[in-house]
Amino acid sequence: MSEKIFEPWNDPNEKPLIQFQNVTKRFGDFVAIDNQSFDIYAQEFFALLGPSGCGKTTLMRMLAGFEAPTTGEILLAGQNMAPIPPNKRAVNMMFQSYALFPHLSVWENIAFGLKRDKMPKPEIEARVDEMLKLTRLEQFAKRKPHQISGGQRQRVALARSLAKAPKLLLLDEPLGALDAKLRQDTQFELMDIQEKTGTTFVIVTHDQEEAMTVASRVAVMDHGHIVQADTPARIYEMPNSVYVADFIGDVTILKGTASPRDGGYDIHFAEGQPALHAKSDIELSKGAACYLAIRPEKIAISADKPEGVANAVQGKILDIAYLGNISTYHVELPTGQVIKTQTANTRRLSRRSFTWEDQVWLSWTDTAGVLLAG
Amino acid sequence: MRRLTWFNTTALTFGFAFLYLPMVLLIAYSFNSSKLVTVWAGFSTKWYGELLHNVAFLDAAWVTLRVAVVSSTIATILGTMAALVLVRAGRFIGRTVFSGMIYAPLVMPEVITGLSLLLLFIGIGLDRGIFTVVLAHATFSMCYVSVVVSSRLATFDRSLEEAALDLGCSQISAFRLVTLPIIAPAVISGWLLAFTLSLDDLVIASFTTGPGATTLPIKIWSAVRLGVSPEINALSTLMISIVAIGVITASLVTKRNSLRRQAEERAAIQT
Repeated sequence: MSEKIFEPWNDPNEKPLIQFQNVTKRFGDFVAIDNQSFDIYAQEFFALLGPSGCGKTTLMRMLAGFEAPTTGEILLAGQNMAPIPPNKRAVNMMFQSYALFPHLSVWENIAFGLKRDKMPKPEIEARVDEMLKLTRLEQFAKRKPHQISGGQRQRVALARSLAKAPKLLLLDEPLGALDAKLRQDTQFELMDIQEKTGTTFVIVTHDQEEAMTVASRVAVMDHGHIVQADTPARIYEMPNSVYVADFIGDVTILKGTASPRDGGYDIHFAEGQPALHAKSDIELSKGAACYLAIRPEKIAISADKPEGVANAVQGKILDIAYLGNISTYHVELPTGQVIKTQTANTRRLSRRSFTWEDQVWLSWTDTAGVLLAG
Repeated sequence: MRRLTWFNTTALTFGFAFLYLPMVLLIAYSFNSSKLVTVWAGFSTKWYGELLHNVAFLDAAWVTLRVAVVSSTIATILGTMAALVLVRAGRFIGRTVFSGMIYAPLVMPEVITGLSLLLLFIGIGLDRGIFTVVLAHATFSMCYVSVVVSSRLATFDRSLEEAALDLGCSQISAFRLVTLPIIAPAVISGWLLAFTLSLDDLVIASFTTGPGATTLPIKIWSAVRLGVSPEINALSTLMISIVAIGVITASLVTKRNSLRRQAEERAAIQT
């Protein structure tokens, strides 16, 4: 395989496009961003993910120049951005509300930024046509924003913000106003456009599925901190904290105390239950509090006790959520904990093997769960 | 839907009669051929003809028009600026006082506004004439403009301006290219409001006017004191028709635009 994997964050020779250096932002007494340092590399699709109020929008607005850091510096290609006003930055933003100019046509909206740069007319026309083609809006060029659908408006907003060929494109909840089906199509379209133009994208979203789909790296945020910034796969499979494990996807988190054994740990999580075993690299002393996070699809469900598995517990089915392609079972242990498990519905409904109140066995391997320090 | 019962019909009739009977009488008597206002002596349009030759009235109308255009333009500029500060500047020291003071002239008795302006003009030694009337009208009508414009600005999506900045506009060009075109309808209706306020103002104009700057309301008022002439009826009828045509056209245009917009939005969803 000669193809190079795109992982500039692992390459020490790579220069980051954007550097946050000890950036803090306060609004009065409220600390929106608390002393954060991180890098974003050229051509990345970087997602800022978190619940509302976590500071992700503030980070983005500082990049655009609408807010200034209280302390710390933001560098773009090595240059401090603080003295540069928004209209002089090689950064463009796509707004959550799209912010299309209602009095201008689609064509004029896209040309707006180019005209401000005093670009010669033929060049503006060529560039706008190119953008219209990229976003498949050719036949809507003369329409006003209120004369096109929501999905088309979203594409106009994207075309307008890409027209000036910014070094960095910021997307603030770009798909929030679209319905679920259109949103999925648009996610792939966004990735496609990002790849074609080679622009660095930073997207703000509260939708974890969206972040996982589009991004090369996801930064999970909480209360002004980036808790973990990594590839979607690593965020999902190797969360570094209970917060990240819980925020991304479905998970069962069992609290217990650890004791080292066989290159891993035994986790005692309830009186009268066998200790669970998990392989882990983290350092825990004997008796330390810990959490075991297990994804539901990594747990097998069976009627009889499975042989030769690292972990097996018995419980009673409390709830079944049927989602068509998969079913999620909530299984309650005699000690009260509820463990979630998922199975793919490869058989038709009538032949399903478990129903409410059934006694079942849950089992998983010693590498299925992630052990986190308490 | 409710039917028109006898009660509703009566209420409606009385209401409209109360509002429009005086005007109907005035219009009817403007076509009276007699010189005596209260005696009907047959249909005639001669008073309209005479009106065209009455230089004093025509002069006054011209003065009024000039005052109205200039003062409402000044009021619109000042009122819009005040509205921008009130809506945009967030909290600053004295904001409450400032916003209260912007709206105070709305409820201030005109006599007091007129008198205080008169005292000011005398105090600073400004000769009274068209210029002082313009200043006075701009002063009291700018608060109406700022009320209209600030209610529009309150619902204005700030990200539109941020988008303009983001795309390379300076603060000023963002206002000129994006904000102003979008709030234009509110600014225009503010101007129209100021214009009509200035057109029919009698009290403030009579305090602040001087020789050679008689506005139409002042002229009518002084003419009526010598006795109502059919000519004044004719003049008033003309003014009523101009206002009525203006209002009806404006509402028809608004109605048509909003219907067209709705149709276009429906069409956009279907494509």
